[in-house]
Amino acid sequence: MTDTEDRRRWMAVLARATADEIADLLAALPPLPPHERLRAPETGLVMVRGRAGGDGAAFNLGEMTVTRCAVRLGDVVGHAYVAGRDKRQAELAALLDAALQDPARRPALMAKVIAPLAARQQAKHEAEARKAAATRVDFFAMQTTR
Amino acid sequence: MTMLSPGFADPVLDSQATFRAVLEAMSRPGRVLAAGGGLAPPAPLGRAAAAVLLSLADADTPLWLDAGAAVQAWLRFHCGAPIVADPAQAVFALAVGEPPALAALAQGSEEEPQRGATLVLQVTALTEGEGWRLTGPGIAEEHRLHVAGAPEGFLAAWAANRAAFPCGVDVVLCAGDRLAALPRTVTIAEG
Repeated sequence: MTDTEDRRRWMAVLARATADEIADLLAALPPLPPHERLRAPETGLVMVRGRAGGDGAAFNLGEMTVTRCAVRLGDVVGHAYVAGRDKRQAELAALLDAALQDPARRPALMAKVIAPLAARQQAKHEAEARKAAATRVDFFAMQTTR
Repeated sequence: MTMLSPGFADPVLDSQATFRAVLEAMSRPGRVLAAGGGLAPPAPLGRAAAAVLLSLADADTPLWLDAGAAVQAWLRFHCGAPIVADPAQAVFALAVGEPPALAALAQGSEEEPQRGATLVLQVTALTEGEGWRLTGPGIAEEHRLHVAGAPEGFLAAWAANRAAFPCGVDVVLCAGDRLAALPRTVTIAEG
């Protein structure tokens, strides 16, 4: 059984990547064997629930479009739930989830696909955080300068 | 993890076609119809029984079954139906071997007879034109249905089920890729 934490991490990275990004990185690696679709990619809605203040009563925040897919690679099943309606991304993510559960394939895929994607997402996140930080308004400073 | 096989190739159209077959079977008791042609469910689950459950069972319908771990994993993955150990709590019961007593399944109540369970009973073969004599709503005079591999004492249990009308259990008989239905309104006499 794969370490759940590791799997959670790569699933999160794949869910945030686009289909083209995943396909480009996969193209540089030896092709994966053919897979079987257990559940073809399908788009639906999930209800996102929240709690006021983190510990209040649960309320329905709103519905979110999600695409899910499950594939079988050999005797391993890979799952993907991704936001949006990109069926190709869901299938690629499910395929990679299955491939990453195989210890023989994992190191190469982690280094060549997951790590670059994670680095790109981290960089994008930091760039956005910097951009937002540059426009931060310090209300305390405004009070003192008036 | 056990080897999972795919469900319906086209989930929407295939489940609609199966739903239509079950509807037709329920309104014409004893008529044999085809269902689940393209499926490859894990043994011992037959194609028709698999199609019926894929079409009708979902997260809101607790399921009781006696078909083993592989079938349980397959149905849990494709239907998302909760599996219950007590037949009385099930909305659908799947029996590939000796079924639970009809009286042990949910019967519904006088106010809500629709809460009676549906038993999907897998038998060896279904043949029209011989065997049991079926009469009741949906049948002009009588309809004959031969059920190979029906459980022992089924007709007596069915008579008791019929006597509790409007409460009771409906049965869908499945064999390979063929199915026939016995709604609780039908009266069965030995052939």
